[in-house]
Amino acid sequence: MNLKFKDKIVPPKFAESLLERLIKDELVEEVLGDLDEKFYQTLKVKTTIRAKLNYWYQVLNYIRPFALKKYRSNSNNTDMFKNYFKVSFRNLRKNKGYSFINLGGLAFGITVTLLISLWVHDELSFNTYHTNHNRIARVIQNVTNNGEIQTWTSTPFPLAEELRTNYSDNFKHIAMAVSWGGHSLTLSDKTLNKVGGYFENDAPEILDLKILEGTKTVKDPASILLSESTALAYFGDNDPINQVMQVDEMPPVKVIGVYQDIPENSSFGGLDFITTWDFLYNNEDWFRTFEEPWRPNFVSLYVELNPNIDIDKASENIKDAKLKNLNEHLAQKKPELFLHPMEDWYLRSNFENGVNVEGRIQYVWMFGIIGIFVLILACINFMNLSTARNEIRAKEVGIRKTIGSAGNQLVLQFFVESFMIVLFSFLVALLLSYVTLPVFNEIANKEITVPWSNVYFWLVSLSFIVITAIIAGSYPALYLSSFKPVQVLKGTFSSGRYSALPRKILVVFQFTISIALIIGTIVVDQQIQYAKNRPVGYSRDNLLSIPITNDAVIEHFDAISKKLKDRRVITSMAKSGSALTALWGSTSGFSWEGKDPNLSIDFGMVHSSYDYGKTIDWNIVEGRDFSREYATDSSAVILNQTAAQFMGLEDPVGQIITWWDRPYTVIGVIEDMVMESPYARQNEVVYFLDEYGGNMTFLKLNPEIGTSVALETVESVFKEINPEQPFEFQFVNDDYNRKFGSEERVGKLAGFFSILAILICCLGIFGLTSFMAERRTKEIGIRKILGASVSKLWELLTKDFVFMVVISGILAAPIAYYLLSQWLSKYEYHTSIEAWVFILSCALTLAITLFTVSYQAIKAATTNPVNSLRDQ
Amino acid sequence: MKETRLGEFEEVILLLVGILGEQAYAFKVAEEFEEQTKRSVSIGAVHSSLNRLSEKGFLNSEMGASSPERGGRRKRIYKITALGQRTLTEARDFRVSLWQQFPGLGSELAGFSSI
Repeated sequence: MNLKFKDKIVPPKFAESLLERLIKDELVEEVLGDLDEKFYQTLKVKTTIRAKLNYWYQVLNYIRPFALKKYRSNSNNTDMFKNYFKVSFRNLRKNKGYSFINLGGLAFGITVTLLISLWVHDELSFNTYHTNHNRIARVIQNVTNNGEIQTWTSTPFPLAEELRTNYSDNFKHIAMAVSWGGHSLTLSDKTLNKVGGYFENDAPEILDLKILEGTKTVKDPASILLSESTALAYFGDNDPINQVMQVDEMPPVKVIGVYQDIPENSSFGGLDFITTWDFLYNNEDWFRTFEEPWRPNFVSLYVELNPNIDIDKASENIKDAKLKNLNEHLAQKKPELFLHPMEDWYLRSNFENGVNVEGRIQYVWMFGIIGIFVLILACINFMNLSTARNEIRAKEVGIRKTIGSAGNQLVLQFFVESFMIVLFSFLVALLLSYVTLPVFNEIANKEITVPWSNVYFWLVSLSFIVITAIIAGSYPALYLSSFKPVQVLKGTFSSGRYSALPRKILVVFQFTISIALIIGTIVVDQQIQYAKNRPVGYSRDNLLSIPITNDAVIEHFDAISKKLKDRRVITSMAKSGSALTALWGSTSGFSWEGKDPNLSIDFGMVHSSYDYGKTIDWNIVEGRDFSREYATDSSAVILNQTAAQFMGLEDPVGQIITWWDRPYTVIGVIEDMVMESPYARQNEVVYFLDEYGGNMTFLKLNPEIGTSVALETVESVFKEINPEQPFEFQFVNDDYNRKFGSEERVGKLAGFFSILAILICCLGIFGLTSFMAERRTKEIGIRKILGASVSKLWELLTKDFVFMVVISGILAAPIAYYLLSQWLSKYEYHTSIEAWVFILSCALTLAITLFTVSYQAIKAATTNPVNSLRDQ
Repeated sequence: MKETRLGEFEEVILLLVGILGEQAYAFKVAEEFEEQTKRSVSIGAVHSSLNRLSEKGFLNSEMGASSPERGGRRKRIYKITALGQRTLTEARDFRVSLWQQFPGLGSELAGFSSI
């Protein structure tokens, strides 16, 4: 390198100035000199860059205690901080009741917010277990039926092949699944009921199953993958790989792999085993005997998108993939395919008229907002109690100001105070959350734990503490620090007529929220009750359902029935193709006189045996039930009222309708039965007679025999016929009540939160009234001497609060009405909001308020005036 | 009371100051250290050590002459004090006495103590 050029090179300027700024002035000269010498010496043997880097290295190595400038530490500041803490502590200790209310209220508020945050986090993290969750989607379709657009989540099975051949550039993986549900899984002599299904070979890849043993690559169709817990249940410590198992009555399959259990907060949670689609296809002839394979929609179709393609684009691309394969009749439904992204499966799963109308996410929003409000309620308590006590703190502020405290120092002081209280409350809240979490989990049907070891949790908590402290502390800090010392110390300080106004506004705000929450709780509960009281059209009492997983039951059906009847355990027994609490089949094949040939329809369809109507005790409105006396009943149908109405048949009984061109005579019309959602409109349903099939058995237990005895007998009879099968049963009533689970949970949580909100409000006004009563001790004493009665004094102290509650009620009613009508309008079968709900909520709040206030008011009013006036 | 014991690094630095005499300033000491020990060291580390040794009273220093390669800046020249000299000697004697008690080696090193 050119030495002449090198002469002009100087040490890095920035490093030099940095050093100058950092190190002690007296050292600058010698150090810079030394470093220069070092730099030029390095430059002689090394490149410029190395020399500069070395210079930087030397500079950084001067960051040592001995060399650094001593920043003048303002010890006054530190002392002041110490003083703030000390004064805060003393204040807390001095006013134990007040501190308790403040801390307790905040702790409650924070607990609620914490629990809700954990819940919201859990809801939002649904399905994130699957690595590619943001590229996984389900192919679903909008179809036009009975004059409206319906969204179906199932598709015909040839669609998978169609997507693979003609749309492959959109998708990385495609896999369909069928028959996902309870199956009996057998290992030699051990049979258990396990949840699983037949999946195509790409499924383990799409779900990104974590393989613990073996492989997820399927070579032979007769393969099965087990979840870790399932493998453990069958094999214990033994190696499950290559063992032979059996699903239902299918030929044997070999275990090829074990995957980590899929967590509950996944749509695939609790999937115990996966076996292959090809295996089912090869073994079931019915796949190949469909006259029109595109007609039945019974598979779930999952895809993983290619990384470079946008989901909306892919949705648009596959839109007509089904339609173009349909015959004229099927095309009437105008199916439009689209992709429902995995992220929306759980939270945005509702469709109305083919458009996504969200779903659970609304609850996430709702509870999120409630959580924030409850926290605000608690913050308001803090503000009110701090400012109400202003006259006591005013002297302190006055003195501090006179001896030289600046305004912002005082603001800081009050922030330190609120920060301390929030910090304490947070610690209490952590404890409270930890204690109440099991109960909360029970109500919310979750398995949430406090993520103690998660760094983010603590970071979020910390920022949460700071934000809460700022919200709660801002108003008191600004208000208290604004006092004029001269006025305060002269003793002429008075807060003025309107100084309590902001406090009152805040109290009104608190009550408005509480009343709205109470109204909400009542309305949610009413809606649940309303739906529960909906006439279901059949009798659920003593009705037992047993799934049929084995042909033996169907073969020996009459024998079982006779045996049980002989033992007087049951009064009646029937089988059906569908559960009572869901519609398992539907068809577009009906035609009747006067039907518009272009109308696309979809009617529910139930095949049942004789005695079905008798067993479930349905209500025949017109005509008659199926009967063994009429041989022609094999080509008879029974309609429900909605179906009869939809068809527009004037006198339905005796009319002929056709199903795929086969004529059927309508022999009866029954009252609608609630089979699907109790909140939704009724489906049109047609009932057929079918002696040779069935998926469910229904037994009407004899009410004269105890349930446990009856169950035992039923089990023994079923075991006789079918010894390997585990006996599984369900009371229809329990099954039906499960339909209310989600709403009941919402109701319980809303109730839980409104109780807490009220509690926090009460704590607040309890603090306020006790403080007011204390301040007005002398006034009350004088009033008593002048002859005021206890009831007059009580009125004096309580009327303000009554007034505030009334205003809150007036404010809360329209807000609650608006929000609740929105919520109710989601349900087609819903109650109406009645005026008494508002009145009751206000009255309830008023009663609680009066109770809280009265305690202090009566205490103050009954004190002997001698005691309160003696000292002056 | 200041700590008066010497660490290994400090002892070497102190010795180097003695060796360098009039040229004992941070950069030169650091250079000499690298030269003699084949270990790399930053000037800051050496300076820190020199500073500590001064605080202990083993060294004193004054500003010396300037030179062009230092951009005309002066250097701080360190000198060993009587206390520093004594501490070094004590450190050496202590080691030698330990070596002499070392079985099998003590006699071989006998002559060493007379240096």
